[in-house]
Amino acid sequence: MSELLQFLFSGVTVGAVYALVALGFTIIYNASDVVNFAQGEFVMLGGMITWFAHAAGLPLPLAALSAIVVTAALGVAMNKLMIEPARGAPVVSLIIITIGASIFIQGAAQLVFDKQIHSFPAFSGDAPIRVGGATILPQSLWVIGGALVVFAGLWVFFTRTLLGRAVLATSNNRLAAQLVGINTNFVMALSFAVSAGIGALAGVLATPITLVAYNVGIGFALKGFAGAMLGGMGNPKGALVGGFAIGLIEALTAGYLSSQYKDAAAFVVILAVLFFMPQGLFGRKSADRV
Amino acid sequence: MTRTDKETLLAVEGLGIAFGGLKAVNDVSFEVKPGEVVSIIGPNGAGKTTLFNMISGVYRPGSGRVRLGGEDVTGMAPHLLARRGMSRTFQNLQIFQSITVLENAVTGYHLSERGPILADLLSLPSSRRRARAAETGARDLLARVGLERAAEREAGNLSYGSLKRLEIARALALDPKVLLLDEPAAGCNAVETEEIDHLIAEVAASGVAILLVEHDMKMVMRISNHIVVLDHGERIAEGDPAMVSRDPAVIAAYLGADAEGIHADG
Repeated sequence: MSELLQFLFSGVTVGAVYALVALGFTIIYNASDVVNFAQGEFVMLGGMITWFAHAAGLPLPLAALSAIVVTAALGVAMNKLMIEPARGAPVVSLIIITIGASIFIQGAAQLVFDKQIHSFPAFSGDAPIRVGGATILPQSLWVIGGALVVFAGLWVFFTRTLLGRAVLATSNNRLAAQLVGINTNFVMALSFAVSAGIGALAGVLATPITLVAYNVGIGFALKGFAGAMLGGMGNPKGALVGGFAIGLIEALTAGYLSSQYKDAAAFVVILAVLFFMPQGLFGRKSADRV
Repeated sequence: MTRTDKETLLAVEGLGIAFGGLKAVNDVSFEVKPGEVVSIIGPNGAGKTTLFNMISGVYRPGSGRVRLGGEDVTGMAPHLLARRGMSRTFQNLQIFQSITVLENAVTGYHLSERGPILADLLSLPSSRRRARAAETGARDLLARVGLERAAEREAGNLSYGSLKRLEIARALALDPKVLLLDEPAAGCNAVETEEIDHLIAEVAASGVAILLVEHDMKMVMRISNHIVVLDHGERIAEGDPAMVSRDPAVIAAYLGADAEGIHADG
């Protein structure tokens, strides 16, 4: 029993990270129908920049904040330099561009930082909290709390605010959005900034548990993508539930099957979703008019 | 109908654009005053929609100027033009397909509904008031174009003619000074065409300058104050409906240069 609980704890922790990545996917997807495969690199940058700034002498909170701000700025730059010039290109081309961006960011991180594995201290110490025979790290609570707060913020943003709905309008029909006075370039820049910021936040929160190196991004991107697909692309609620679900499936697979199959779990889920439920748990069924 | 002597609202001066070597529109000039309906006519491929796209900022003109209320707005982005009072509809419809008809109309209030984002986040009374005002206005507009009963339906499921009217309603929601209508009656039946006809006259009477591209000649002749005729991207005639319909160059452009020959043979 305590064994199961332990697996659940670790599943929820890693699931919260995937949920944050999936939420990052959601925003850019909502603004442009593009699945941004560089989302995982934002997570990596969040961890790496925080480590770098902290090692350079900045206090941890300030290092974390600067990592989020810098990564958000890099997100805006990515939109400006890579996505905006290709405006009008088919969505598939834009997705391929994001894969290129991901490889580029990984290479650049390798040069700017290094190839070592890094970490920085947990925010509230390393003493495990005992719950019902299992333990959970205080840092896990930070990650889970972070995912929930970001989810709530996005939910309110997309449903309540005019700017949030302007983002949705931009993805639905960019020209029509411009016609009613929406500055679609601003909407795109904003969504890249927020997505990158959320990705960096995930990296900041997760690094004390998962550690960070220049090449961890792609793993996060694929697991987060699996979560977003499972929940239904574009829906914040789906991203949250899907992210946690992938984390739990992964932890249970590692615990009861073999940790060698851990990474395969997410991909089995992607395949199952694509075969049986392409719209995901919360996604809307779409039918094209013919 | 004669032209008013009011100040010019929209002035198009020597506008032109080339795609590769093809001059799609070449040196076209005209002006539109408040309350006036100016129509652009011409055979298919004459450059009417291209001209519209340049005026409304979708294409950047290769040459010439567009002035809106005296301000040079040449090549300005559509969202900035919307803020300056220019609104348009499209021949091939630009509708938000997956949301309801009412929500589409509400998007037209995007600019007037804007307030502090914090008020939205906290759902303050001011934010709810703005949202309510937008919805009330949108419902009124839908009634005006005859779509009030389709308000809750998903826009993508509407007929082509209804979507045309929805687009007009959304354009009107911006409370425009200049309204560009690209074939508003295309795909509409006779009754719907007449309704759109009345709607355009009514909007013009309220002081909005209207620029119209339309193939339905009866409608054009009925509601235009002034007509500009394009052929192969060039302005070949201009004047009031009676003048234009008698113009030999116009008749030749529409029926082909050999029209008389055909008649002689037949």
